[in-house]
Amino acid sequence: MSILSLQAVRKEYRNVVAVDDVSFEVPEGSLFGLLGPNGAGKTSLIRIITTITMADSGQVLFNGELLNRKHIELIGYLPEERGLYRKMKVGEHLLYLAQLKGLSFADAKSRIKTLMERFEIVDWWNKKIEELSKGMQQKIQFIATIVHGPKLIILDEPFSGLDPINTNLMKDVIFELNNNGTSVIFSTHRMEQVEEICEHIILINNGKNVLEGTVSDIKDKYKEGIFRIEFEGALPEDLNNHFAVVSDTDHEVLIKAEAGMSPNDLLRVLLDRGFLIHGFQEVRPSLNEVFIRTVNSLGHE
Amino acid sequence: MNKLWLIFKREYSVRVRKRTFIIATILMPIAIAALAIGSGYITAMGADAEKKILVKDDSGIFKASDVDHRNLIFTFSESEINSLKESYGEEDYDLLVYIPPFNDLSLTTHDVEYFSHEKPGIVQLERIERVIAAAFKEYKIQSSNIDRDLYDSFGMSIEMESKTTEDGAEGSGSGKTAAIIGTILGFVMGILMYMVILIYGQMVMRSVMEEKISRIAEVMISSVRPFQLMMGKILGVGAVGLTQLGIWMILIPVVLTVVPLFVPGLDSGSMTDMSSAGASAEAIQQAAEGGFDLGLIIDEFMRLNWLMIIPVFILFFLGGYFIYSSVFAAIGSAVDEDLGEAQQFMLPVILPVILAFMIMMSTIENPNSGLAVFGSIFPLFSPIIMPARLPFDPPMWEIALSLFLLIATTLLFIWLSGRIYRVGILMYGKKITFRELGRWMFTKI
Repeated sequence: MSILSLQAVRKEYRNVVAVDDVSFEVPEGSLFGLLGPNGAGKTSLIRIITTITMADSGQVLFNGELLNRKHIELIGYLPEERGLYRKMKVGEHLLYLAQLKGLSFADAKSRIKTLMERFEIVDWWNKKIEELSKGMQQKIQFIATIVHGPKLIILDEPFSGLDPINTNLMKDVIFELNNNGTSVIFSTHRMEQVEEICEHIILINNGKNVLEGTVSDIKDKYKEGIFRIEFEGALPEDLNNHFAVVSDTDHEVLIKAEAGMSPNDLLRVLLDRGFLIHGFQEVRPSLNEVFIRTVNSLGHE
Repeated sequence: MNKLWLIFKREYSVRVRKRTFIIATILMPIAIAALAIGSGYITAMGADAEKKILVKDDSGIFKASDVDHRNLIFTFSESEINSLKESYGEEDYDLLVYIPPFNDLSLTTHDVEYFSHEKPGIVQLERIERVIAAAFKEYKIQSSNIDRDLYDSFGMSIEMESKTTEDGAEGSGSGKTAAIIGTILGFVMGILMYMVILIYGQMVMRSVMEEKISRIAEVMISSVRPFQLMMGKILGVGAVGLTQLGIWMILIPVVLTVVPLFVPGLDSGSMTDMSSAGASAEAIQQAAEGGFDLGLIIDEFMRLNWLMIIPVFILFFLGGYFIYSSVFAAIGSAVDEDLGEAQQFMLPVILPVILAFMIMMSTIENPNSGLAVFGSIFPLFSPIIMPARLPFDPPMWEIALSLFLLIATTLLFIWLSGRIYRVGILMYGKKITFRELGRWMFTKI
């Protein structure tokens, strides 16, 4: 079951196609990465999903229903550009945003109290927003994003500007929510975070969907038959004849196998060559490499 | 609907709790009171301070009359005028007045001389002249053997009463006093509208700009419709304006009546005289002489068709506020942080307001001129001009037509502004032109 399903969604601004026939599914309860270079159309897509704008054509289904304003109470959105009313107090600000998401005053208040405890900021209720640092404001905005218990949260660069401790705190909360069934769409340029957090990704470039799938499938797809071998002894002289040696140090060599060669085939060839193999591992590309390669191969038009 | 209410509540409560709002709301009546007391006090000091006047009366007329007058103390002397000239200063007199002999009853002017070390005020001199003239008049009446009542009946006063010629219309019998009241009331209402549009309209604009700059807009728009956000703000700021006006309407009269009780030597009468717009020296004199009948003023004031004026004024108030503040909201959403850019768009908005204000000034002088009628019907002007015309009983159909156009225009402007707003509030880093704004009205988002 998909929490969100986009079907041939298209969005055009005056002379720019911001979203060009994009289709993808966000499985319910998944951690989903929405990736793409700057200006690829991520924000346009997010604005469509959050009902801020409407698609020119195509369909967006939320939980199987056509997306409509009713669903905004089931979605939480943390925009990349954060903003809060500077003159308001933390408590009343959170109450305001929570009530706008449809919570009753009492419900909103008790949920906010719980979340403030979770984020270790219980005594901030009467602080003014403008007295808080950027990172502190981000915590507040994150609370506002999740306070109404949305089924889907969309986080645009959620960790930018946070110190490592607070990054971890927020990550933990995200995982907790996810374990309880919340789906998360995660938009970022930080590939190591995507690799750490996301199960599924989609890569958007120039408004088009250029790559989609689970992280491990994509890595498999982009692997180039490169293996890392840790060894002891002398490398066989004729290794170069059989494989392309990518790099070569005292105890480690990276070799590129012929196309279609499985790890087992490779091992079989290597086993009786008179050197001791300590370690053997297929090298899969990092998402960072996949990202750069894909985007570069398409060109930045 | 519920969300609109939440937004309204926030916009209202945030502003009403602001220190600047509280200070302005309290300070304004205090400032007015201070001004009134100050000017009242100064006049009182100038006009009401006791003056000791030494009189050498060779006509014998003034001397014989009953010359008791509030704070002009006359003392008569028979000494030689030249020696008096030397001594009056040392004897602590402010003024020396010499009245030459008077023999010819048919004379209408009589020259009286005065001497003083300090130049006396014109108001003071005129008061002395009047006191002396009154004595001469009394003398003339008595020596001509004219019957007192007969004489008094010569002083005719004519009241112009307006009667409409329209069929079935009962003449309201409003006289000149009514016209004066109408003028003042019209002026006050017109100026109020002008201030409300400019001050609160721009408050809406600044607030929209802040929302856009601080990027809260995107968070808000993911929860509420842009239109709700815009209307919540316009309504909230409007309510703040009404609150402030309401407080002033109560506080200012209270301050003006209560404060004088604690200030010695001041009666509230002289203060309100002073604080009223055109408090010329002449008006004060007239009031002092009882030339203005307070009862008549109150009478005429109550005779105004308040049941019509108040609701119609409120409708025009709301219409004017909504038209202009929604345009200001649209401007605020379209521009970035650059206030200069905002100014470029504000000029064409403020222009009709200023134009309307100028037409309003001529309207109160001539409430039925073609210009006044046009101005009170044209919807961009009518919120300022129609209230100014209201005390002069404009024809019902004109009010109805004007209201109809105003409401239609208000809805149109709110709708168009909403169209611009929803695009502008999410648009960054783009120089906006008027053409661009026009396009926004009709694009999809």
